[in-house]
Amino acid sequence: MTERILWQETLPGSSTWSHILKRGTALRLTAIDDAPNVGCILLNADNFSERLSLPDSLKAQNVARLTAGTALYSDMGRILCSITEDTVGWHDPLGGCSDATMVANKYGFDTYQHARNAWHQNGLDGFIIELAKYGLGPRDLMMNINFFSKVKVQEDGSMQFISGNAGPGSAVELRAEMNTLVILNSCQHPMDPPSRYAQKRVELTLKQVPPPGPDDLCRTSRPENARGFTITQRSFP
Amino acid sequence: MNLRDLEVIPETTLRVSPRLVEDAIFDEVVLAGDWFVRTIERGQFVRIVDLQGNQAVDTLFYNADNYIDRYSAQDTIRAQSNVYLTTGTKLISTQRNVLLTIVADTCGRHDTLGGACSAESNMVRYDIEKRSMHACRQSFIKGALHWSETTGRELNKLDLTANINFFMNVPVLPTGKLSFEDGVSEAGKYVELQAEMDTLMVISNCPQLNNPCNAYNPTPVRILIWDAPAS
Repeated sequence: MTERILWQETLPGSSTWSHILKRGTALRLTAIDDAPNVGCILLNADNFSERLSLPDSLKAQNVARLTAGTALYSDMGRILCSITEDTVGWHDPLGGCSDATMVANKYGFDTYQHARNAWHQNGLDGFIIELAKYGLGPRDLMMNINFFSKVKVQEDGSMQFISGNAGPGSAVELRAEMNTLVILNSCQHPMDPPSRYAQKRVELTLKQVPPPGPDDLCRTSRPENARGFTITQRSFP
Repeated sequence: MNLRDLEVIPETTLRVSPRLVEDAIFDEVVLAGDWFVRTIERGQFVRIVDLQGNQAVDTLFYNADNYIDRYSAQDTIRAQSNVYLTTGTKLISTQRNVLLTIVADTCGRHDTLGGACSAESNMVRYDIEKRSMHACRQSFIKGALHWSETTGRELNKLDLTANINFFMNVPVLPTGKLSFEDGVSEAGKYVELQAEMDTLMVISNCPQLNNPCNAYNPTPVRILIWDAPAS
């Protein structure tokens, strides 16, 4: 089977989005504007109690950054999605998401009544609203990924947000290894230095893709991932 | 040794507690592989002592009035702009409340990125045949379900999220590498927290035998609690 584009759509800035990404399909995120941020959480669409575990993903692969070849593990030792392509080299698993108080303190408070679609929104409320559409709530929150953003950790543990990590045209692609509820939120990164409220667009491309072969990058990047793919495959005999 | 003379060790985050063991209102040893659940009231101090050294103590905290509002690793490290927990660290919840503050620490560094070991993550990390080895999330589930049964309040697998690993050494490098290293803790080292609000504490004293987080030899820890000073 070859690759085939199913559809494309634009994710505007400070917006939420969700989709059940079926096993065998992929989601490509392409930066339209300079230095966007896309917060992301993942749940097993067939059993919402199983969800992305960034601690399990980081320790299985000895990384504190995400890029091509990285598997995104659930808390049950299975791979929800894997990162098959990446032109950026570093996506952030540490910084978390913004909240209403933080956004008001950094950028001021702006209502929908006043600013229409440029009103000041935040990542936490976006995730909670999108989770609620599937009967889920704040109890179902988990550590989130921030695609296109970079937080560097120095030897002493201090964290530094690196501005301008991804220019226009930068792309990262997620292949679903299980039927995965993907929830995205394009609010600014919580460590983005306070300057102005910005809404950065990202193009979303949904694709049908071939199953991972024996020489697949994510499968072969570490022995842990070879076992992760074996365990995941057992759920889809 | 007079502990009061050592209250602050200059140019480090190490800090010795002024509280004396004989004044504690609670004192219990938790064996490796066991769980421990207890509410820490606002103002109370809780100390975890690494009795024999290099023992990871996997710990979760919840707002005692609302378990959905619980410890958040990402919010805690971002608030202090540092991935390691030590004296002065405020433990932040998912609703951005301060649950507790670390007020004393003779170890110097604690992890919150490595998560808790589980049967399933052991299969990925070490061998598919290791599923049956004891793991922290087995203890967390048992502790949560026991707490639910005895209090009638819901606490289960859905509430087990990113935790703290007291005394565990998980260095993160500027290159983006993360690793599990030999502990920096030693016998008798401790960390002490003061509750800023009524907080439920859930501990798994880590049984992991496959990596150096417990120096391949899981050992007991001691939990001490003091009441808030009379005002």
